[in-house]
Amino acid sequence: MPLKFVENVKADVTSDIVYMMCPMHLLKLEEHMKELYAGQVLELLTDYDGALEDIPAWCAKTGNDFMGIDEEADYYKIYIKKGGTQ
Amino acid sequence: MRVKYFDHIASNPLLPEVLEAMMPYFKEQYGNPMSMYDLGMNAKGAIDTAREQVAKLINAKPSEIIFTSSGAESNNFALKGMALARQDNGKHLIISKAEHHSVMNTARSLEKQGFVVTYVPVDEYGMVDPETVKKSITKETTVISIIHASSEVGTIEPIKEIAAIAMEHKICFHTDAVATAGNIPVDVKDLGVDALSMSAHQFYGPKGAAAMYLKTGQRILPLIYGGIQEGGRRAGTENVPAIAGMGKAAELADAELPKRMAHVRQLRDRLTEGILKIEKVHATGHPEHRLPGLASFVVEYIEGEGMLLLLLAKGIYAASGSACTSKALKASPVLISMGVPVSMAHGSIVFSLGIGNTQEDIDLCVEEFPQIVNRLRAMSPFAKEGWGAMPAEGDSKEGA
Repeated sequence: MPLKFVENVKADVTSDIVYMMCPMHLLKLEEHMKELYAGQVLELLTDYDGALEDIPAWCAKTGNDFMGIDEEADYYKIYIKKGGTQ
Repeated sequence: MRVKYFDHIASNPLLPEVLEAMMPYFKEQYGNPMSMYDLGMNAKGAIDTAREQVAKLINAKPSEIIFTSSGAESNNFALKGMALARQDNGKHLIISKAEHHSVMNTARSLEKQGFVVTYVPVDEYGMVDPETVKKSITKETTVISIIHASSEVGTIEPIKEIAAIAMEHKICFHTDAVATAGNIPVDVKDLGVDALSMSAHQFYGPKGAAAMYLKTGQRILPLIYGGIQEGGRRAGTENVPAIAGMGKAAELADAELPKRMAHVRQLRDRLTEGILKIEKVHATGHPEHRLPGLASFVVEYIEGEGMLLLLLAKGIYAASGSACTSKALKASPVLISMGVPVSMAHGSIVFSLGIGNTQEDIDLCVEEFPQIVNRLRAMSPFAKEGWGAMPAEGDSKEGA
């Protein structure tokens, strides 16, 4: 799946998991998504390359919307919109 | 002979209630906390409980507690983890000359990796001046680490003031609270620190369990990679019994803190008063801002090692600030930074008291110690030469 790049996305919640070990990106993602309402956006900050594959796959599997990534110098900002009806 | 243990700053006996809290995790509850079945869940439950107990002791959130194996690991983790996580912003650190080896040597290892370290001095009481820290800050400074209280001279540093300066400059601030957490009130919110190290065996918990407080939102590079234990920040199967013990010890310390402090403070004052009656003995560290259970001195003309051996013969266990007393280079950096002459720093003696000590223990020490000092001085060629004599304005109690 080609990576989608986005800019200036307004997130409802930001979670900084830079330097946290795999698979914290999936555990934290799940934890935060549970607390969001449908349509709200999570911004996940991570330096873990594996997240670029894992998170779109996780979104596809769980019915959430992988919006895309924005690259900073030493980490990625990944945007996920909570799926379901608002 | 009953042991008079006056080295609580080195380690403490385990409380029976703490051992009791640990036992199930040595025996029937042997599961790995990462496992999904009941044995694993029970072990995980023990860690969660301990995390809450430790967090409460220092007024942190449970999610801000990372369990480690020792105070030294916590200090290494804090310094390396925070400095390396921020190296793109700068490579300058500030520590004091009163730091424990686990901070001092970690800073030195970072110097070898291209970091620049400023070692701020302490005054004659072993106190760091917040203004000196402020003046040492550069655009490159990313981490400041100042010990909460020195285990050698007992001085409690003005952490709150230094933390405020660090915050003002957006610099991460860590304090090594191994000697203080569980022994005096330590409140991370009130102190305003970003990270703090503490160790269980300093407050009647087991060895092998320690913790680092890391404020929510602070990034840190792990020291140990592997699984997702401790929120992905410190891999490795948890030392469940020791962590459970640390939690129980924290709970007890939290409940008994005022009582314990009053007990050791009263004994310390009695001991200090008795020992300062000996000629040419000087109290070290700050007279008021100090650990309640720590009495520290330098004794002129003689060496710490000799005093320790003769004290031991009387069943009295103490420590000397200068670990290896035979070489001038190994004299305690804290005492040297305080302006104590190198020769005199060798005469360092530290008594650290605990809840098991009694007034009788103290009285025996006060009775025996002058005789030990006299005996060693009679043997010392330096006594006649005035070796290491303190300047006249020193705080010695002359002619007891």
